[in-house]
Amino acid sequence: MQALFFVCGFIAIIFVLLITIYLILSGLPAIREIGLVEFLFGTRWESTNKTDPAFGILPMILTSIYGTAGAIVIGVPIGFLTAVYLSKVASPKVAGIIRPVVDLLAGIPSVVYGLVGMMVLVPWIRETFHTPAGESLLAAIVVLAVMILPSIISVSETALKAVPREYEEASLALGATELETYFRVSAPAAKSGIAAAVVLGVGRAIGEAMAILMVAGNVANMPGLLTSVKFLTTGIASELSYSSGLQRQALFSIGLVLFLFIMCINVLLNVFLKRNKED
Amino acid sequence: MKKLTCLGLSIVMALSLLTACGGGETSTAGSETGSTPSSSAAQSTGSTGATQEITGTVNTDGSTSMADVMAVLKETFKEVQPGINVNYTGSGSGSGITNVLNGSVDIGLSSRALKAEEEEQGAVAHIVALDGVAVVVNPENTVADLTVEQIAKIFSGEITNWSEVGGADAEIAVFGRESGSGTRGAFEEIVGVVDTCVYTNEYSSTGDMVGAVAGNPNAIGYASLSAVDESVVAVKVNGVAPSEATVMDGTYEIQRPFVMVTKEGAELSEATQAFLDYATSAEVAEYIAAAGAVSPQA
Repeated sequence: MQALFFVCGFIAIIFVLLITIYLILSGLPAIREIGLVEFLFGTRWESTNKTDPAFGILPMILTSIYGTAGAIVIGVPIGFLTAVYLSKVASPKVAGIIRPVVDLLAGIPSVVYGLVGMMVLVPWIRETFHTPAGESLLAAIVVLAVMILPSIISVSETALKAVPREYEEASLALGATELETYFRVSAPAAKSGIAAAVVLGVGRAIGEAMAILMVAGNVANMPGLLTSVKFLTTGIASELSYSSGLQRQALFSIGLVLFLFIMCINVLLNVFLKRNKED
Repeated sequence: MKKLTCLGLSIVMALSLLTACGGGETSTAGSETGSTPSSSAAQSTGSTGATQEITGTVNTDGSTSMADVMAVLKETFKEVQPGINVNYTGSGSGSGITNVLNGSVDIGLSSRALKAEEEEQGAVAHIVALDGVAVVVNPENTVADLTVEQIAKIFSGEITNWSEVGGADAEIAVFGRESGSGTRGAFEEIVGVVDTCVYTNEYSSTGDMVGAVAGNPNAIGYASLSAVDESVVAVKVNGVAPSEATVMDGTYEIQRPFVMVTKEGAELSEATQAFLDYATSAEVAEYIAAAGAVSPQA
């Protein structure tokens, strides 16, 4: 029986190893052909241009970074305050309603987020900002911000709940108000857990493809809030089906870059979680 | 509990891996040996009235846009003549024609009409299908007729406002397909805007494109004729509305022929002749329609 579990545990490792090796093997040839600097810092992505093809993914890298940063800027304050409310302020009855709803938000498939964004958000942006089409970085940021809320809320709530009651009681006994206690005692004590929540949100936002494929417009422009943009993920997803030759290889190279991004984020997450345990 | 879920998940993953491998093996085995069950072969040879079974190989090479049509022709031809293996290489119309002229392949595939100098060198065209691309706008748009020149200017970013072509004062949202799409290739080639298009948005399927145009009053896009529905309006081009009839009589301009090219005077092998006859026969009309093109025999 134990051997069976061992084998199962091993399968996960094998998959990670296989994916890593496969990505490196299939991602490197195109980078070698295009040139690393040209690939990472080129500003033109015209993969099927017959006379002068260009494979620069800087627009996609920047879009992914800006999009994720935007989602964090909107999502983290809302998520953090919701977590404070749920763990400290709300009566058990109210929290009992909000918490399942937040969990439900986490369970909604990303294509549904994309659909709502496409039908509601995109026309709204088009009419409000008088752009020809509403598909834009802004739409993607808003969709991503909503999508990362559940993970930020639940992880930071757990961290806030883990703060020993004595800290807060001591603070209250010294005359601090409840608000002062939450923000100056509870939150600092839970900071590595909250940081883990943010990193988790970053990971979710940077890896998302389906929802933003539907609202971002998918043209590899340099990112601007109201212009159509292409993320690293959507770059792969939108072109893969009919791609061939160097174009296809370059898509694998984008995958490799994305994989390295996610790896860094995971390492960061582990560092925070470890520190959380040691606290 | 957690361990059980773990176990279940890994079994599912392992199984999916196995089935994926299995699927790959069977399909390659099928195409290599080409031994489709003899019962179905006998049946179809009977129905088409072919006198005998021919064996051999037909090498075709050329247009990548014809991949869908070729795939469907290869597949259905297999049922008529299981002994003939048809190979398709997508290397582009130009090199397909060159290769058939220098005799390295049996049939060249071209998604454009032959040029005069190619015909002088002995290239003979056999039209198997016509590919029409409709230019679509939102139903709210009052523009109903555009010239090819106006369309080219809109897609290359020279015309940016609908009022310049007789519509409302609104910026044009130019929608296109993703790089590598056959429809995009066809459209840009026919309209003459290859590599010069300035798209506002790109969509990765015909359905997405049609849906996006249906949802945006400023939009203009293009889609294969067969994919246009009533949620969008296909504009007239040079005064001609796109339809199967206008594509077939040649009055609708945004279209191109799918051509099989042979060399004049070169003797065709029995297998090649059989495939060519099949591809230009009336019985393939519905298969060609299924691949998104119009058959000249329909």
